[in-house]
Amino acid sequence: MPVVETFNLTKKYGKLTAVENLNISIDEGEVFGLLGPNGAGKTTIIKMLATLLEPTSGTAKVNGFDVLAQPEKVRESIGIIFQEPSSDELLTGYENIKLYAMMYGIPKAQISSGIREALELVELSDRKDDLVKHYSGGMRRRLEIARSLIHKPKVLFLDEPTLGLDPRGREKMWNYIVRLVKELKMTVLLTTHYMEEADSLANRIGIIDRGKIVVLDSPRALKKSLGGDLVTIRGAETSRVDELRKLGFVRDIKQDGSETRISVEDVGENLQQILKVAGKIDSVEVRNTTLNDVFLRWAGRTIEDEGESGWFEKIVQESVEKA
Amino acid sequence: MNWAGVYAIWQREMLTFFREKPRIVSAVANPILWLLAFGGGLGSSVVIPGVEDYSQYIFAGILMQTFLFSSIFYGAYLVWDRRIDLLKAILVTPLSRSSIFLGKVLGGVTFSLVEAAIILVFGVVIGIHYTVLSVFLTLLMVAVAAAGLTAVGLTIGSFMTSPEGFQLITTFVIFPLFFLSGALYPLGDLNIYLATLSGINPLSYIVDVLRSILIGLQYFGTLENIIIIVSFTLIANIIGIQAFKRMRA
Repeated sequence: MPVVETFNLTKKYGKLTAVENLNISIDEGEVFGLLGPNGAGKTTIIKMLATLLEPTSGTAKVNGFDVLAQPEKVRESIGIIFQEPSSDELLTGYENIKLYAMMYGIPKAQISSGIREALELVELSDRKDDLVKHYSGGMRRRLEIARSLIHKPKVLFLDEPTLGLDPRGREKMWNYIVRLVKELKMTVLLTTHYMEEADSLANRIGIIDRGKIVVLDSPRALKKSLGGDLVTIRGAETSRVDELRKLGFVRDIKQDGSETRISVEDVGENLQQILKVAGKIDSVEVRNTTLNDVFLRWAGRTIEDEGESGWFEKIVQESVEKA
Repeated sequence: MNWAGVYAIWQREMLTFFREKPRIVSAVANPILWLLAFGGGLGSSVVIPGVEDYSQYIFAGILMQTFLFSSIFYGAYLVWDRRIDLLKAILVTPLSRSSIFLGKVLGGVTFSLVEAAIILVFGVVIGIHYTVLSVFLTLLMVAVAAAGLTAVGLTIGSFMTSPEGFQLITTFVIFPLFFLSGALYPLGDLNIYLATLSGINPLSYIVDVLRSILIGLQYFGTLENIIIIVSFTLIANIIGIQAFKRMRA
């Protein structure tokens, strides 16, 4: 049985469609990654699955409970970590978790042993009585993981779990997520706009752009589907590019201004022939396929193109400024 | 109602409140300044019939002002919790919105009681005489009224999108209500317009009931005061819970 399943899940803000007819199904024990630029609709999806936001149409089931019909049941069975830190700075780490345990109705007798276990898992036991305002960014994130585990949820939603962390903190966070999946057999839905993060953590990745999943598969299959390697040439004549298309080992060609991106099955074997057919060019660059290329292929641009705030936030912001 | 959850929300408010010492200090320093500087200053040239000491006359009004500001701002502070993801993390627990609301209101009531207790102690300095009963009744009325005012603040906070609106609340909600409540002058001699505005202002009844308990002066009837204050608190809480249920996370 799928742990998370969406049925034409849609969210509209006026004329803007933030999420459009989303149909995904996540199996038990799976780490599912939603990869997309900021503002692609990832957080909106998580909010709808966590019952914080009502879908405009469609619905979703989490642990078998419908988000519209049984929101309390859904909330009881999920853990979630938001993009922004959500711990109380004036409370200690221990107090933060304890208050949440009470809100989840965990029996008093089990609270302290539960907190101890959770804090040990994220290696914060020795700092548990310090106020959170003295924690580093990475420690706050870890505290939130511990907090989200206190009621032993079956599924964990992680919304950009490493946003704002330094590379070391990010790597540490990845290790914890891997451990959660292994030791607690949790199902994880992760959103990210970091390619390496999706690549190293997720069993399956859904690339999302402007509210729609454009492609969905395992990271390996996604990379393989592009035909292995990428040759980028600049300044080739259009007639030559058409010639290139006819070559048997060329999987795909994308033209972007003067830049031609050619997906090739085996670049070592075929580079020479490509250059011969391309004729006079300004430059050539050869690269093995990464998820970035996959994204570029399906979304038609790089993930960083949108900058810090995405197209959706920009439009909302503009409309607010006009009003 | 999930009582362990309500208790958890209340406890969180208490822990953070008592760790933010400047907040308590400024909350009680301001009214003391009013009593000494405003009450003492204006009182030296103002005579209110039947009143010996102007500072004592406005004492009930200043007491009300203290928890009026702190209750409404405590509630409206919700907008801050919403801006960061603090409130979202609470909304995603199985706790119902009305339980969260109740926990917050109880928090606001507790703060108001702490502040009122400090102001009451200061009342001795300006010559207010207390009995055990008058202190008990004062705190009881403070608790009931603060529950209503906190609910108003929470309702405002659930609609507000940015903390910049605080200034607007002060200018257009708190000050008009305060000035028209009879906190600083008797309502008996007002012209018809001001009298009407004062009559529909729930704060007038709060000031009146506190003043009657503290220095034995009163304008409205006791029963009238109590019915209006209790109704105000009930209605404010019913509206507040509905607003909370509709609030976007």
